[in-house]
Amino acid sequence: MADAGFRADASRETVVLAGLATAALACAVVYMTLGVRGGWDFVLPFRGFKLTAMVVVAVAIAFSTVIFQTVTQNRILTPAIMGFDSLYAAIQTALVFFLGSRELAGIDPNLRFTGEAALMVVFSVALFRWLLSEHGRSIHLLVLSGVVCGVLFRSLASLLQRVLDPNEFSALQDLLFASFNSIDVGLLGVTSVVVVVSCCRLLSIHRTLDVLSLGRDAAIGLGVPHKHMVTQLLFLVAVLVSASTALVGPIAFFGLLVANLAYIAVGHRHRAALAAAALIAIIVVVGGQTVLEHVLKLDSVLGVVIEFIGGIVFILLLMRGAYR
Amino acid sequence: MIEVRNVTKAYGNTAVVADVSLDLPHPGLTVIVGPNGAGKSTLLSIMARLSPADSGSVRIGGMDVATARSDALARRVAILKQDNVMSARLTVRDLVGFGRFPHNRGRPTPVDRDRVAASIAFLNLGGLEHRFLDELSGGQRQRAFMAMVLCQDTDYLLLDEPLNSLDMRHAVETMRLLRRAVDELGKSVTVVLHDINFAAGYADRIVAMKAGRVVFDGAPGDFMSAAVLSGIYDMEIAVHRIGDRRIGMFER
Repeated sequence: MADAGFRADASRETVVLAGLATAALACAVVYMTLGVRGGWDFVLPFRGFKLTAMVVVAVAIAFSTVIFQTVTQNRILTPAIMGFDSLYAAIQTALVFFLGSRELAGIDPNLRFTGEAALMVVFSVALFRWLLSEHGRSIHLLVLSGVVCGVLFRSLASLLQRVLDPNEFSALQDLLFASFNSIDVGLLGVTSVVVVVSCCRLLSIHRTLDVLSLGRDAAIGLGVPHKHMVTQLLFLVAVLVSASTALVGPIAFFGLLVANLAYIAVGHRHRAALAAAALIAIIVVVGGQTVLEHVLKLDSVLGVVIEFIGGIVFILLLMRGAYR
Repeated sequence: MIEVRNVTKAYGNTAVVADVSLDLPHPGLTVIVGPNGAGKSTLLSIMARLSPADSGSVRIGGMDVATARSDALARRVAILKQDNVMSARLTVRDLVGFGRFPHNRGRPTPVDRDRVAASIAFLNLGGLEHRFLDELSGGQRQRAFMAMVLCQDTDYLLLDEPLNSLDMRHAVETMRLLRRAVDELGKSVTVVLHDINFAAGYADRIVAMKAGRVVFDGAPGDFMSAAVLSGIYDMEIAVHRIGDRRIGMFER
């Protein structure tokens, strides 16, 4: 809109986003160059792969969380809290259980990822389509179902793990307990493509996403085909979560942290909020990894630190009543 | 013209709307009244394609609401529901601007900006346009949503209890505004109300529902009689003539 207030808003948004982009770039440069010993021809590709993977994961988690919060009309739910990740873990366990790790290892990793992601999409779209349908719009029902589903998937996975052959089990452990330090580089190609395509699609419909955040009734009143839109968005969320979980494993509270920081920084308009959330996620992951690896010499705890801070934010949000 | 044909909707075994058929002329101000749980809001939701009917059909301006494209309908029909809660933090101007979405797909033109400004002025929201919705009183917020719906600039307006949480002055102003929308702009307005005196004071036509069925459909003059009102609400209601108006009064 042409008035001064909105223009001030827009320029503030630009300044904040530019600042975040600069910080993210700085983190990336420092990560790539800090404490390099030995040949650049080894360090550059080695760190480059890791950096790319961290960026892909950060963007996937940021986008999937913001979109999921728009769909569920809520600021404390994330795909992870609603059991998306444990669904992914259950699918992987089931695959090892029924196919065996040797069979699975024989399958091309890209093909394996595609299959797992497809299963994940089918299950989660069916489940959440039903939960978010006309009869299931109560937020309490939604949270409760999410928690119950999460426990169900985790229990199913651990049941299968208990009856699994010990050798198979250790192979599964490798698949499930990925972290920022043991990124599954073989999957980097396919997941990057998937994440880039999904995010471009989401950015291209940012105006419709803004309308969707007015709630179901208002969005339908303004002509958004709500059911169709929500199905499409849940599909994209499932794809993004599959990609990030396949690369580094489940991270529950990270999305919550970056999405809410983004709302504070630039408000709720999706174009700015999505960009800000992605940039903040990159800063946290890449910056955090740099500090932990090179300054504190602690290699493996980034996930724990992020979960710790994210968990505190979650509790603060609950106490402030942000679930309304 | 809104044509409602044999619309039925049940939750479980209870029919909330039972075989309702109505023809609401265009233009005109129609008020739907009735006791709590009569199915007024559900009927309005079905008319606005917010919830599907179990059977029957609704056509608005010739378009079947169950099958027509949602974006095409949004340029003909606007709906305002009772409770509007949202997670996003918006200013009044942002909210009202969303009313233009069916026309501009989120890319505002100078025409859209003028319409937004006009709507805001129309509802006395000047000075509040940069305030966030969660900083407003219930009545102010209600008016902000009214401004958004007006901004949508549709031939048909469906409003579910728009006088909720409005003070007397703003309630009267809202009804006058709807009257003007019908008389001057030729719109068709359908409103769910609880206050029968407001209904009779402004409506061209009153539809009364009870237990999912239409039990009265006619002119306000015929509606305001003790026999009709007592039948609808299951209580004694006396009707007095004051000046040229009939006023319904409940027994203490």
